[in-house]
Amino acid sequence: MKKYTYTEKKDTRSGFGDGLTELGRENPNVVALCADLTGSLKMNQFEKENPDRFFQVGIAEANMIGIAAGMTIGGKIPFTGTFANFSTGRVYDQIRQSVAYSDKNVKICASHAGLTLGEDGATHQILEDIGLMKMLPGMTVINPCDYNQTKQATKAIANHKGPVYLRFGRPAVPVFMNEDFIIGKAITLNEGTDVSIFATGHLVWEAIQACEILEQKGINAEIINIHTIKPLDEKAILASANKTKCIVTAEEHMINGGLGDSIAQVISRNNPMPIEYVGVNDTFGESGTPAQLMEKYGLSADAIVKAAEKAISRKS
Amino acid sequence: MPTTIELEKIASQIRRDIVRMVHAVNSGHPGGSLGCTDYLVALYFKVMNHTAKPFDMDGKNQDLFFLSNGHISPVFYSVLARSGYFNVEELKTFRKLNSRLQGHPTTHEGLEGIRMSSGSLGQGLSVAIGAAQTKKLNNDNSLIYSLHGDGELQEGQIWEAAMYAAHNKIDNLISCIDYNQQQIDGSIQDVLDLGNLKDKWQAFGWQVLEMNGNKMEEILSTMETAKNLTGKGNPIMIIMKTEMGQGVDFMMGSHKWHGVAPNDEQLASALAQLEETIGDY
Repeated sequence: MKKYTYTEKKDTRSGFGDGLTELGRENPNVVALCADLTGSLKMNQFEKENPDRFFQVGIAEANMIGIAAGMTIGGKIPFTGTFANFSTGRVYDQIRQSVAYSDKNVKICASHAGLTLGEDGATHQILEDIGLMKMLPGMTVINPCDYNQTKQATKAIANHKGPVYLRFGRPAVPVFMNEDFIIGKAITLNEGTDVSIFATGHLVWEAIQACEILEQKGINAEIINIHTIKPLDEKAILASANKTKCIVTAEEHMINGGLGDSIAQVISRNNPMPIEYVGVNDTFGESGTPAQLMEKYGLSADAIVKAAEKAISRKS
Repeated sequence: MPTTIELEKIASQIRRDIVRMVHAVNSGHPGGSLGCTDYLVALYFKVMNHTAKPFDMDGKNQDLFFLSNGHISPVFYSVLARSGYFNVEELKTFRKLNSRLQGHPTTHEGLEGIRMSSGSLGQGLSVAIGAAQTKKLNNDNSLIYSLHGDGELQEGQIWEAAMYAAHNKIDNLISCIDYNQQQIDGSIQDVLDLGNLKDKWQAFGWQVLEMNGNKMEEILSTMETAKNLTGKGNPIMIIMKTEMGQGVDFMMGSHKWHGVAPNDEQLASALAQLEETIGDY
């Protein structure tokens, strides 16, 4: 397989912060709002360079979403920043009415998504956010996999007209992506013939690790990075699936409502085949280190390997 | 500029529109719509500097209005149509299938004059504040107006927004509460008392004015006072006493006409009390 190496680990939220800083320098219409988590979201540099375009709203996320929606009237491009749980579940109705149904150009940027938030536990570990956001008509949903891709995605969404949900996380993870980021365009990381592994976010690196293990077992896996969950790159998904005839999806999210669900819809409509899901299965998370949690909840390279073997065994 | 008497005549026509629209589909919210008619007529026909055509979502160098209590859509639609945003004939489509005049106002169908969807309560003040901040960023000296129901103040987001506006000195915003003291389940005092509203808003750092929202002369003079208070570091809230169902005797003095349409007989009785001044659609 194609070798992916890394020289450093960085958090995806820093990719967001650095992308936002560059946007601040390049695009005078970009404004940023934060609900008392400026440091956690890595928005400090933007704030420092653009004090007049940074809005601290305090611990009041509903108000933040409404203000962001209003700011679009007159041409501003607001980026809101808080944890994924407070970016979605807490403010679902505000996003639904004031942003999505109102067709407002708001970028909802969410850090600390999923289990890898770690020790804070289930109150903060939202695993339903992709589902919540992808159900909203007109919402674009993006879950990049490393620092580079998150930075590219942050910059790309400023030029995309319409509401966007951008999801990233807290832990330092390998920086390995050098491919260009285009909203809605899947990236093939390894071409294979035996199984298609569609991964998003932190699970992309795990999928690459799984691919190496599978290779040692004589299994040739195709690895595709689905950074944009909506709109989904159906063409790339079908092209790969039609070739390999079985699928594994991998995400740091609930299986219900996540990437796997979206892919299953595409497959069931076009070419039904075995699909195995790597994700959290209808349960809340808990406190622990990110590595412990990913292991316990089955979001690892090993879990992807097992799922791939099962999917292959189910081929008729 | 229209005179007070001319504005009152427009308001009478708009009240006719409201009861006719709601009657035609046997649904909608006449009570609050009738109560807020005079205020909205004052805004759109005299107080605000705005351009109906061509409608521009960004509204640069225009005063902008946001309706937070979206259920009083009948009055909003009629005022927008009568002030030139779209053809008054379209009022016939209110709440019907394939209409741009949805039950609650939305930008989604491209209806001119609507800049934000509302219906789910408590969101409009935040939106108005955001629009006000963009005005400031754009060095646009125009003003933002917003209207809220009194029952809507039971939503927590309103108070998040109230705190934020004072802290950030949003002084290009003139908000207004339709203080009719009624909500769906009964009087505000019975359902969830708002306490002393003036004290509350003042405690949150707002400049507070009060007016009778069913007296045109008083609305105009209070809005003038409010305008003169802008740019001085404080957001402005007008507590506007209105009568739910104003102008139709059997709809007044109760919460019962919040969201009920009149039957044929009641419509005839209502129309007999409201002079046709511009011409029915």
